[in-house]
Amino acid sequence: MSTNVLQTNVLESEAIHIFREVVAQFEKPVLLFSGGKDSITLVRLAQKAFFPAKIPFPLLHIDTGHNFQETIDFRDKLVKKLGLKLIVRNVQDNIDAGKVQEETGKYASRNMLQTETLLDAIEEFGFDACIGGARRDEEKARAKERIFSVRDDFGQWDEKNQRPEVFDMLNGKINLGQNVRVFPISNWTELDVWSYIQRENIEIPSIYFAHTRATFLRDGFIWSANDEVVYREEDEETEERVIRFRTVGDMSCTAAVLSNAYDITSVVQEIRQSTISERGARIDDKRSEAAMEKRKQQGYF
Amino acid sequence: MDVLKVATAGSVDDGKSTLIGRILYDTKSLTDDKLEAIERNSKQKGFDYLDFSMATDGLVAEREQGITIDVAHIYFSTANRSYIIADTPGHVEYTRNMVTGASTSQVAIILIDARKGVIEQTSRHFYINNLLRVKDIVIAVNKMDLVDFSEERYNALQEEIQALISKTTYKEQNITCIPVSALQGDNVVDKSKNMSWYTGKTLIEHLEQINAQDVYEEAQTRFPVQTVIRPKTEDYHDFRGYAGKLYGGDISVGDEVIILPSETKSKVKEIYFYTEKFEKAERGSSITLTLEDDVNVSRGDMIVKASEKPTVEKELQATICWMDKKPLTAASKYSLQHGVHNVLAKIVDVETIEETNFSGEKRAISQLQLNEIGNIQLKLSKPLFFDSYQKNKHNGGFILIDLQTNTTAGVGFIN
Repeated sequence: MSTNVLQTNVLESEAIHIFREVVAQFEKPVLLFSGGKDSITLVRLAQKAFFPAKIPFPLLHIDTGHNFQETIDFRDKLVKKLGLKLIVRNVQDNIDAGKVQEETGKYASRNMLQTETLLDAIEEFGFDACIGGARRDEEKARAKERIFSVRDDFGQWDEKNQRPEVFDMLNGKINLGQNVRVFPISNWTELDVWSYIQRENIEIPSIYFAHTRATFLRDGFIWSANDEVVYREEDEETEERVIRFRTVGDMSCTAAVLSNAYDITSVVQEIRQSTISERGARIDDKRSEAAMEKRKQQGYF
Repeated sequence: MDVLKVATAGSVDDGKSTLIGRILYDTKSLTDDKLEAIERNSKQKGFDYLDFSMATDGLVAEREQGITIDVAHIYFSTANRSYIIADTPGHVEYTRNMVTGASTSQVAIILIDARKGVIEQTSRHFYINNLLRVKDIVIAVNKMDLVDFSEERYNALQEEIQALISKTTYKEQNITCIPVSALQGDNVVDKSKNMSWYTGKTLIEHLEQINAQDVYEEAQTRFPVQTVIRPKTEDYHDFRGYAGKLYGGDISVGDEVIILPSETKSKVKEIYFYTEKFEKAERGSSITLTLEDDVNVSRGDMIVKASEKPTVEKELQATICWMDKKPLTAASKYSLQHGVHNVLAKIVDVETIEETNFSGEKRAISQLQLNEIGNIQLKLSKPLFFDSYQKNKHNGGFILIDLQTNTTAGVGFIN
């Protein structure tokens, strides 16, 4: 008899355990899905956690309206392929209703505005657990966050009064009005995610791979030029460059990197050798030393 | 690649953040943009050295006060393995966060200031790692640069450390002492040129050779059921799988098992991991089991090998680390979470408080305050299937949840 032995993959098993706790402990969980590599990885882990049953919660996409078209196309294809339920809420609706005001000028971004739409959606559907793809290695305020992170009625994070999280016991008990943000891949690094995508042969949007795109330079960063949502001054000249995106956020605050990585093997290779962090290309984090902490206190995910 | 989880402990200003910063810097794990941010901020504060605490103290309040309040998780990897460092606070008032960090770690690094030697906090850090039964302890004698890299001073400190170690109760702990200067980078990643008298391994060399598998205790198979998977699809119409994580031991197809609390017997039919079926699964894996018989199993039940039954009791004796502002008193009720199983618990008696200086003194008390460690007696609404914490960390630990606020109020270790 051949002995087919399952060895532990610590991070994968930990994430699957977290997913199962969410479904067992909460009434209405939802997976926050942006179409980026981290949330795509979450979908695969959720598949693994509940196989052969289907993923027992919907996906929620807070659409800033500034997404790369490739990402949106990918999102719709994935949802259809896996038979998932997708809920989309648009930041634009809140702007139109005058609930939030759009930033203007050179560094305008809709990143902050997402929070309001997210909190509205949580209230509308009564979600008590929002599963997100945040990782502690991304940013130093994130490094402080628990796996089950309790938020109050206003979505606020009280960073000085977090619940102790011991062993892998997760306490999901909450009071009325509170909800929990859950981070199953907290302990993964960017390289862990890419290596996992490679090992599992997971499909990802094409913008993660090198392609030719009209771009322009500002502050040492490369910006996508043909998308009208990215503010560009007249003297900022466009040029075709071979680039890829390392992180897929809002187009208006996500810069590209020069790259010849056309497949996952070379992407992993490139990340291994990179001397710049992933968030180095997220302009929003550079606003101040505490940009992320401030956003999270206000309910950002 | 395997992951080694490490927790740091040390008193304020012993240089924990600097040590972590140094590890990141010397292993080339700090990216250019993060390094630039550290340089920029260090300059802004008027320092003539790099303030690595900027890399780990992620909260505004921490940077304001120059102290670590809550656990930060730091990641780096070498060619050999990935590391997760839980940078835990040193202050007495953040003991609960120290326990949080240490509870998930396989190795603890305890820092000592070479000028000050073993102090009360050192003893406290040792005590907590003893209580949690952290198998590998590294004592980093830091700031050797401030004692002229003196071998005599280090030897004198070794005596103090030995005196402390002789008092600990967990004798199987592997304890290693390394003289370092985090600020200057001596014996952290690179061998020190200033301490040629030290012939041992550098901190990283030592961590690299710790066998992460060995760190898991030799425990019996425990499989707490998290959730029951019933797809009710055409392909899997009659599928009934029990999903959970395997703690201790291993499990194979054909193993005779008992389901607790019903004590029903059955055999393992299949071991699923996603679309694949396995003959055998090792501890730590999140798997889904099916059984030969159509038995009644629900969340919180535990599947164990028929020959390895744990203790089943409605009354417990436990050591507890209290983490809530509201003190723990006799007659109060809490929700006790043991793995994925919740029962109501009544505190029968708060008996004694433990001195963390290894004096062995146990003072009788009536209540336990925040950050104190003591011994209690509990009565449960339903029986618990447990091992002592010494035998199986995951099946011997629990948390108490406040019924009003729902916060995690304490962590317990079953005796």
